[in-house]
Amino acid sequence: MTELTCIVCPRGCRLKVDTENGYRVTGHSCEKGEAYGKNELLNPTRVVTSTVKITGAMHRRIPVKTNGAIPKKLIFEAMKLLDGIELKAPVKLGDIVVKDILGTGIDFVASRDML
Amino acid sequence: MYDLIVIGGGPAGLAAACEAYEQGLKNILIIERDRELGGILNQCIHNGFGLHYFKEELTGPEYAGRFIKMLNDTSVEVKLDTMVLDITKNREVHAVNTSDGYQILKTRSVILAMGCRERTRGAISIPGDRPSGVFTAGAAQRYMNIEGYMVGRRVVILGSGDIGLIMARRMTLEGAEVLACVELNPYSSGLNRNIVQCLGDYNIPLYLSHTITKIEGSGRVERVVVSRVDDSTKKPIPGTEISFDCDTVLLSVGLIPENELTKNAGIAIDPRTNGAIVYENMETSLPGVFACGNVVHVHDLVDYVTEESKRAGRAAAAFAKGLSQTDEKVLAMKTGNAVTYTVPQKLRPMRIEKLADIFFRVNRVFGEASILVFDGDGKQIAKFKRDYLVPGEMEHIVLPRKLLDTAGGDSLTVSIEEVQA
Ligand SMILES: Cc1cc2nc3c(=O)[nH]c(=O)nc-3n(C[C@H](O)[C@H](O)[C@H](O)COP(=O)(O)OP(=O)(O)OC[C@H]3O[C@@H](n4cnc5c(N)ncnc54)[C@H](O)[C@@H]3O)c2cc1C
Ligand code: SF4
Repeated sequence: MTELTCIVCPRGCRLKVDTENGYRVTGHSCEKGEAYGKNELLNPTRVVTSTVKITGAMHRRIPVKTNGAIPKKLIFEAMKLLDGIELKAPVKLGDIVVKDILGTGIDFVASRDML
Repeated sequence: MYDLIVIGGGPAGLAAACEAYEQGLKNILIIERDRELGGILNQCIHNGFGLHYFKEELTGPEYAGRFIKMLNDTSVEVKLDTMVLDITKNREVHAVNTSDGYQILKTRSVILAMGCRERTRGAISIPGDRPSGVFTAGAAQRYMNIEGYMVGRRVVILGSGDIGLIMARRMTLEGAEVLACVELNPYSSGLNRNIVQCLGDYNIPLYLSHTITKIEGSGRVERVVVSRVDDSTKKPIPGTEISFDCDTVLLSVGLIPENELTKNAGIAIDPRTNGAIVYENMETSLPGVFACGNVVHVHDLVDYVTEESKRAGRAAAAFAKGLSQTDEKVLAMKTGNAVTYTVPQKLRPMRIEKLADIFFRVNRVFGEASILVFDGDGKQIAKFKRDYLVPGEMEHIVLPRKLLDTAGGDSLTVSIEEVQA
């Protein structure tokens, strides 16, 4: 039995997930919470945001994000892919910074324009 | 002569200007002291913005970007790198920048959208040395995300406000070790989601009912001492000290609306919000001057800033066009049990089209509870049920105009009643 807090809405129900019995969820107040509880233990994923170096722009860093959620256990490895990257302005919102992060099919993209 | 001058180009100023333009105002100017638009959102690179307003999860720069793009399709004028120094009672805006020098600008209406600043260590006074390595969480966020400096390696965070939580994750991802997040209250003031995804995901301990009682170090921070506090007196309990060897302390102990301009203009301030007292349409005590966003009260969600700012933009447009209205009745909003403030503080029922939005915060955690509204005669006129109420999240109720027209007396009181289990 694993306990966790549902984050789908601000109510923050305390969920209990029975990992031995087919990941049955209790403590939720709605279906979204049930789905969250199950997924959070079977396949937790996160959107990762960070910054990379940029030259020729008004700032020295440009924000980036994954354009989808990646498995939680890959977060630190994914962050390493950003080390040493240096972009040159102009960069447009959505420009791909790292393609196909660790075989997930998800990319790091720029999250703003920097001209 | 401008129709409208908006002071501050953050999400509040952007939404207000776009809306006033939509309403037909032609000569609108936004004055922003920074070198770009977007306000604090430019440094909030994490995602979680826009779920209510755009129905998708955006990062701060993306959220700001949408409004900047909208603005670029209008004829709204923008002055960057320009600081507003003063607003006078007859609505003259005094501003200064390096290209135009000192300017006095005339306008029919003004929107105040200056946002807020962070409380600093001075404002909460921690005993001990005064070494370097103590930052507000927002300053650290700016150093890291915009300027690209890492502010420390071993970090203790004081306060569990959202900015502190976001920075705990950010610094961990960049290789720092965050040893603890220390919160004076028995609950966190941050969003549940941030507690789970910023602390929980990285096993960063949250010490509730604790505070930093000492900062030590010569030159740079070397150690902090954390103690448990008594929940009723908030005094440290001797013998509960834990020490952490660290080089950095981040303060995430709250935000204060930035209202020097407002006060100098003689606009009435609510001591509970530290922002201007506003009417239902975000008008301040100075006619033709409106306020919206964090300068009025601290918001946790930018989506609400946008909604409120559009309301201010609409009202400023109506004022600038000279649409006059007579008010037969003004209702003062009062705070009852467990309610710390309301925005707006005053309602003019005649100016409300159909519904009045009331925002407020509670002073403690509630399970199942009812929000009750009483009129000036003490009669209960509305009741809203909630499954939970927490201080960290702004609450919102909507009152129909009809109810306000028939309300007795000249005030309304918002109060919380716990539902006994
Ligand atoms: C660090 C931080 C993290 C946050 N994280 C989240 C989050 O995860 N999700 C979420 O929904 N919300 C978040 N918020 C809240 C949300 O971002 C704010 O509520 C919102 O940005 C407020 O918008 P604003 O326009 O009122 O203020 P700001 O964004 O602060 O804009 C005010 C602008 O006014 C300008 N200004 C001030 N004084 C003057 C002057 N005298 N002359 C000219 N210009 C001036 C400033 O330079 C600034 O650009 C966060 C807030 C902060 C501070
Ligand atoms: S279970 Fe449903 S009600 Fe409870 S926190 Fe999750 S989404 Fe909200």
